Amino acid sequence: MKWLLGMVLGLVLATAVSAQEIAPDALVKSVTDDVLDIIRKDKEIQSGNTKKAIELVEAKVLPHFNFIHMARAAVGRNWAKATPEQQKTLTDEFRSLLVRTYSAALTGYKNQVVDYKPLKMQPGEAEVVVRTEIKQPGAKAIQLDYTVELIGSSWKVFDIAVSGVSLITNYRTEFTTQVTQGGIDGLIKSLQDKNKSAGEGAAKK
Amino acid sequence: MIPAGKTVVQRILTLAHAVAMAGLLGACATTANPKDPIEGFNRAVFAFNDSVDTAIIRPVAVGYDTALPTPVKSGVSNFFGNIADVFIAVNNLLQGKLPDAASDAGRFAINSTVGVLGIFDWATDLGLEKHDEDFGQTFGRWGVGDGAYLVLPFFGPSTLRDGVGLVFDVKADPVPHYKHVAARNTLLTVRGVNERATLLPADKLIAEAALDKYSYIRDGYLQRRRNKIYDGNAPRVVDED
Repeated sequence: MKWLLGMVLGLVLATAVSAQEIAPDALVKSVTDDVLDIIRKDKEIQSGNTKKAIELVEAKVLPHFNFIHMARAAVGRNWAKATPEQQKTLTDEFRSLLVRTYSAALTGYKNQVVDYKPLKMQPGEAEVVVRTEIKQPGAKAIQLDYTVELIGSSWKVFDIAVSGVSLITNYRTEFTTQVTQGGIDGLIKSLQDKNKSAGEGAAKK
Repeated sequence: MIPAGKTVVQRILTLAHAVAMAGLLGACATTANPKDPIEGFNRAVFAFNDSVDTAIIRPVAVGYDTALPTPVKSGVSNFFGNIADVFIAVNNLLQGKLPDAASDAGRFAINSTVGVLGIFDWATDLGLEKHDEDFGQTFGRWGVGDGAYLVLPFFGPSTLRDGVGLVFDVKADPVPHYKHVAARNTLLTVRGVNERATLLPADKLIAEAALDKYSYIRDGYLQRRRNKIYDGNAPRVVDED
């Protein structure tokens, strides 16, 4: 079950790529270093203040993710069956879910070191995997891969794989089951309930 | 806990077959997941494991985590990690990965001596990376398919192949076979509590991220195993859309 820990650490460092035409790996490095630097100096985040972590995520991370693509990929074949309003709601709810998850994971950061792997990319490619590794003392390094796509002149993340576990693939199975059992509205309701209950839980802290 | 001998393997396979039949009958009512044919059974075991964890294991791990300073906990992890390196070396050998096996043997040699019985992990600093191998992965490497997803009591997520691998893992593990009973029990408990403590941050993550804890863990586990067997270079699965 150790890979679960990998997911925590992976999501901590799953900050993304900013909007300039620089090589995606150099961008991953600069933004990751930036966010980690902030966390290292912020005792409140380190001691579990999820609200502060959410603020950090919204400021530094969200602009670089393509949530529509992520929601569409996670919902899979059923996306085409959804109305535009449903698609918008799905994207918004999925985004809330991910923001909360990242923020919770950020509070678990404990000074791990990130190793950036050489980028394997053909010139002119519009979709690339950026590979990094999180070093941990006494344990195997955790693989963290970002799948990024070029939209206009910005690179945006649309999938993260921690120790080989793709976020989108993981959610796709869950979402498909939800749609099978309760239709698209059933999935929307599950996401809304989840976001509401977790939000209330956080407010109590 | 688990008696030695090849009859255990036969017993597990018989149990799995019986359970699979029972599970299939239960699964007929809903759309069965092809990777999880005995989902009904698995969910029941998962619920059981979860309740034992909530009632007993997690509180002990939280107590351990709060009471001990980080260097001590690292030392504990390193100590058991060092013992495991021998067995990881054996698995790398069985998989034909000779340089990795040699590196694991080197880790054990260095950490057991200079690292004071493995408490200090100098080998990693010297560039000998820690690997993660077990018999389930070795069988996977030899071409044995996953088999059905299986949740084992106490041990948690597994597959038919990895469950069998676990039997071999336990046989090869020196800690449960240590002659001095009191020391053995202490070592097993400390190792178990320490491992659970390292997973505490993951609890929070799962609570936030998962719509359905059971399927989230299952799908993550299956992807993770595939990645481990290929040592990080699994062939990319093509996106459905």
